[in-house]
Amino acid sequence: MRKFKEFIIEKLILSCGLASIFFVGVIFFFLLKEGLALFQFIKPISFLLGRNWYPISEPAQLGIFPLILGSLLVTLGAAVISIPIGVACALYISEIAPGKLKEVLKAGIELLAAIPSVVLGFIGMITLVPWVKNIFHLPTGLTALTGSIMLAFMAMPTIVSIAEDALYSVPKSYKEGALAMGATHWQTIWRVMLPAASSGILAAVMLGIGRVIGETMAVMMITGNSAVMPKMIPFGFVQSVRTLTATIAAEMGEAVVGSEHYFALFAIGIVLFIISFAINVTADLFLHREKTRL
Amino acid sequence: MVKFSINNLDIWFGSIQALKNVSIQISANEILSVIGPANSGKTTFLRMLNRLNELQPNFRMQGGIYLSGKDIMKIEAESLRRNVGTVFALPLPLPLSVFDNITYGVRIHGVRNRVELAEIVERSLKQAYLWEEVKDRLNTSAFKLSGGQQQRLCIARTLALSPEVILFDEPCSGLDPISTTRIEEAMLKLKEKYTIILVTNNVKQAARVGDKTAFFLSGELIEMDRTEKIFTTPSDKRTDGYIQGKFG
Amino acid sequence: MRNSARSQKIAFALLFLATLLIIIPVGLIVVIIVIKGLPAINWQFLSDIPRQGMRAGGIFPAIIGTLYLVIGAIVFALPIGLLAAIYLSEYSKENFLSRMIKLAIVNLAGVPSVVYGLFGLALFVVFFKFGASILSGSLTLGIMILPIIITTSREALESVPHSFREVSLSLGASKWQTIRHIVLPNAIPGILTGTILGLGRAAGETAPILFTVAAFYLPRLPKSIFDQAMALPYHLYVISTQVPNVDEKIRYGTALVLLILVLFMNLVAIIIRYKFRKKKKW
Repeated sequence: MRKFKEFIIEKLILSCGLASIFFVGVIFFFLLKEGLALFQFIKPISFLLGRNWYPISEPAQLGIFPLILGSLLVTLGAAVISIPIGVACALYISEIAPGKLKEVLKAGIELLAAIPSVVLGFIGMITLVPWVKNIFHLPTGLTALTGSIMLAFMAMPTIVSIAEDALYSVPKSYKEGALAMGATHWQTIWRVMLPAASSGILAAVMLGIGRVIGETMAVMMITGNSAVMPKMIPFGFVQSVRTLTATIAAEMGEAVVGSEHYFALFAIGIVLFIISFAINVTADLFLHREKTRL
Repeated sequence: MVKFSINNLDIWFGSIQALKNVSIQISANEILSVIGPANSGKTTFLRMLNRLNELQPNFRMQGGIYLSGKDIMKIEAESLRRNVGTVFALPLPLPLSVFDNITYGVRIHGVRNRVELAEIVERSLKQAYLWEEVKDRLNTSAFKLSGGQQQRLCIARTLALSPEVILFDEPCSGLDPISTTRIEEAMLKLKEKYTIILVTNNVKQAARVGDKTAFFLSGELIEMDRTEKIFTTPSDKRTDGYIQGKFG
Repeated sequence: MRNSARSQKIAFALLFLATLLIIIPVGLIVVIIVIKGLPAINWQFLSDIPRQGMRAGGIFPAIIGTLYLVIGAIVFALPIGLLAAIYLSEYSKENFLSRMIKLAIVNLAGVPSVVYGLFGLALFVVFFKFGASILSGSLTLGIMILPIIITTSREALESVPHSFREVSLSLGASKWQTIRHIVLPNAIPGILTGTILGLGRAAGETAPILFTVAAFYLPRLPKSIFDQAMALPYHLYVISTQVPNVDEKIRYGTALVLLILVLFMNLVAIIIRYKFRKKKKW
């Protein structure tokens, strides 16, 4: 009887262990199921590279190129802001900050990570949007730049905590060796710690960027949501853009189940899923490399 | 009477062979001391007797081990381990009270009656010479005891299951001389009822308590004989060299 | 040497500045929301339904909706997540399968929240015909927080010393008895931490509930798990962007309630972790 009970429990444990694989599969399957139906109406190439997104005109024009560019623009801006600041902050916390301060700073970073994106979007709308409008003398402050700044704050906790882990796992002997040879603390950080933790830091950056590309609510609230082709950098930044994620969130409510528009939004979901999959797998490889090498 | 009979035992962990063609007979109600340098296979040998090795990844074995004539691979691991108890190198109390540490094993095997459990606790603590010291704090955490007391608690925990065989894996390696003496006294008393196998790094301890002594080197059993014989006229030069402290 | 000392000073100053650039805005965000939101909060705001097209009244249905969703998510995710963590920490071997499972967990954690929303819509709302309901929303959120629960529970289980397992097995306990009586009880604080972090995450997410449960305006409490519900984060989104002329006080008040809810859960998690570290027995 006991044997039988344990047999059942162990099978249950195994099946829950497989649950994550199952759910990833199911998510991808249902995105494909609903999204691939789009391609009986338009060719994949004109979906990805089409320059017009007019989903409710007759006939519907479903080109997501402006949305892809919108996502890229916002992500690029957020990356430019968050990577240097995030890595610098990780260095400060792991290498320089004294004990108590370190704990306080880490708690601050955790706090930032915990703030819901809709709250960040709301605060961005109320504070950042008017500032951007006034500083650049724009008709509206709902721009790619505003989105980039706010998103940088969502990427930073990811970058800081993973980069800090990577720095922490560098063997102490590396650091002690460099210091013993007479290098200053900074030289040790710059020439020894950073290179030794580089693949972990790279993974941190990638996961931070992954977080930005997938972010929805804040972006929808502060980038203005106009689905037009963005201008060249840097002018694109002070213009309203619309991202892939915001498009889904803003339009799914109105799309009729089973319509071309509905399928197109799922097809965007496939694109996002593949992007995040690629980023996570690569980042995981980098993290794994770090572990096996050390 | 032969308790354990081991025939042509080979053990591998991955590609590393830990034991090579070991054959040995262990008599009941005796203490067998197992000595040898580090990585000689003596602990692997001990952990084979209650199948703890198979918890390791890449474990593989050949040969036969018989407990009172029964192939231990055909006995359910849980009931084998109940009959063949282990005392580990370090005192390893579970994060429970003294009382619950001792009753853990019997409760797992279905004893629920409070009176019966209390009797088991008293009997095992007395056998391990710990009763007087802890009888008033049976409900405190086992971690509050001293190292020597913790190790005797672990012995009591093993005795609570009334096993036939007790395996000691360097039980005194972390202890002071006084605690060591107490545990050796306990072992000498226990052999009246149990069969004891003692793996030790301390050659003198092996000589003090062992009825027989086995010497392992590089995964091979070099020789086994009565302890006086091993320590006075060993048949192999290497045994003599190890006992004299020429290597190890 | 003077030169390298100076460059060290400059470098450290820059690193400190970067840290301030993160920490000060975080502080400001919290302070602004607290200062501006506090005046809005009173008993009526917390206990009344929204009135006058959400321009007055309270946010009670949104609070209740969020609580239902969060509880639903955890009821679904905790058992699966915990068992998955047990599998990874106690049963799996270092092989291709466990590598795939870990990769899948990383990917689940990385899937954009709006994609969870799409998935929930396709599977629960449309395919299983649950409609936009608390059930659909809870299940979607539950799958979303699964990686958090698995990862933290697994860490908690693995931090229980290996020797305890060996001792238990050597006393004749089976593997499951060992897990049940020795490993799990000692991992509970860590599991609890992970669960609460998962709750906090579920409470704050908007995108996954957009099309699976959230009601724009539903001035009553949900009656069953097949009912739609309002939810705090979605409500904040709605009154910030979809409804013109909402008093700023109400927006800040809603943001504050949401922030308090989420930060409170995180705080509880941090306290549990801290206390546990201090009184660890081994």
